[in-house]
Amino acid sequence: MRIYRRRKMENLFALVLSTIAAFIGLFWLIFILADVLVHGLKGLNLSLFLQDPAPPGIEGGGLRNAFVGQLLITFFATLMGVPLGVLGGTFLAEYARGRKFARVISILSDIMVSVPSIVIGTFIYALLVKPVGHFNGWAGAVALAIIMIPVVLRTTEDMLSLVPWTLREAAFALGAPYYKVIIQVVYRGAATGILTGVLLSIARVAGETAPLLFTSFNNSFFSINMNEPMASLTVTIFQYAMGPYESWHVQAWAASLVITLFILFITILGRVLIRWRYGKR
Amino acid sequence: MEVWKKMREIEVEVKGLNFYYSGRVHALKNINLKVYKNSVTALIGPSGCGKTTLLRCFNRMHDLYPDNKYEGEIIFKGKNILSKEVDPIDLRSRIGMVFQKPTPFPMSIFDNIAYGLKLRGIKKRTELSERVEKALRHAVLWDEVKDKLHTSAYDLSGGQQQRLVIARALAVEPEVLLFDEPTSALDPISTAKIEELIVELKKDVTIVIVTHNMQQAARISDWTGFLMLGELIEYDRTDKIFTSPSKKLTEDYITGRFG
Repeated sequence: MRIYRRRKMENLFALVLSTIAAFIGLFWLIFILADVLVHGLKGLNLSLFLQDPAPPGIEGGGLRNAFVGQLLITFFATLMGVPLGVLGGTFLAEYARGRKFARVISILSDIMVSVPSIVIGTFIYALLVKPVGHFNGWAGAVALAIIMIPVVLRTTEDMLSLVPWTLREAAFALGAPYYKVIIQVVYRGAATGILTGVLLSIARVAGETAPLLFTSFNNSFFSINMNEPMASLTVTIFQYAMGPYESWHVQAWAASLVITLFILFITILGRVLIRWRYGKR
Repeated sequence: MEVWKKMREIEVEVKGLNFYYSGRVHALKNINLKVYKNSVTALIGPSGCGKTTLLRCFNRMHDLYPDNKYEGEIIFKGKNILSKEVDPIDLRSRIGMVFQKPTPFPMSIFDNIAYGLKLRGIKKRTELSERVEKALRHAVLWDEVKDKLHTSAYDLSGGQQQRLVIARALAVEPEVLLFDEPTSALDPISTAKIEELIVELKKDVTIVIVTHNMQQAARISDWTGFLMLGELIEYDRTDKIFTSPSKKLTEDYITGRFG
């Protein structure tokens, strides 16, 4: 009986501790999100999206340059990172399946996923900013693409490995060459999973600041020239939040809210896709 | 009489076949057998005896994995299909295969059947539709799916999926069809349907089937090969194998003394 009571006590103890831990984590999360929401809503208006920044110290203006720059940089990063990631994952899961160096590349890209993004920023700075002589949008896109590649590569590899091997054999048995088996049968079986990985990788880089600080930097003027320094939301938030003007702070809050909602939307979309695909069967 | 003569025509002849997995495991030892045209040939034997390995030699499925090695010959249409000159991709369009578990592709019923046709360069919508219907009728699936050709193949039952896969293999009009335990994942009613279908199909194609189920071999096959430990112990007409086998080992296996 005493043992029984001791076990119950231990159980209660563990339960209380883990519940408290969960609530501490949740508290800060909700605190941050609520804070961003409350402050962000104040600065949210149409001119934020339609106007470029006003000169320092002058009220009004918007962040059109940063929104457009963010979209352009993310778009080109996706354009570079996703095909490379998908093809690399395909190589590992299909052509190099079971080989030792495929394992090595997998592990290396797992490490790449957790490399601090600032390291990638400085690396691209040395590679694409220093030689050119000035910050530019391309460097930002390449830095983000490099962050995306290992994420997309690993999800693609995992998703392709989940497609039963017998499905490939069945396609081979009909006389299909390997590349057609991959494109027409295996990709189809893994499509939702790969798409989810792509979405999550976009969400991942959309919130990156450090790599952009060293590469695309910032631009107070509207620019769609990727060869020039380019504004982005994250870097703008960084600068405005540190700046001396109250109107900057308000806009930084609003930009934070917008980017948070954007990432939230993409993440939820990814989750919905997974549930839609794998929950059905 | 006419049928009998046709059944004497050799479709595939295996001569002195040896097969090694990963370059060392000697899985098939000096196999010799003749597969007759428009007949059903069953391969039986205990687990691990090499019957599936032998079946997968006929369409060079082993080529998909590194370091597998064939020795000897398999003659089909006057050519040794194990030789380097024969393209396995071309070969597989003439010798089809159906697997143990149904393997529909993640696409619609129609697209599943059309897949092999498209691989062969058939693109015209009308011709595709015609041949898809013909294949589905051939596999006795048409009446069940004609109203939902564009729904996912995964929505079909296991038995229907297996008939779909057979239809997919038939659509490209192969000369030989290989079955690797096609009913082991199915319920008795679906099994009976597939068995009927196989007997029906031999009018048009030559069939080689691997089966765990001796009654199935006795029911549907004309010829039976009994394998053990990678050797073909006995190969003869099915009625002979099941009534008066000439080898003691065969008799012991048939009567259930081991296996």
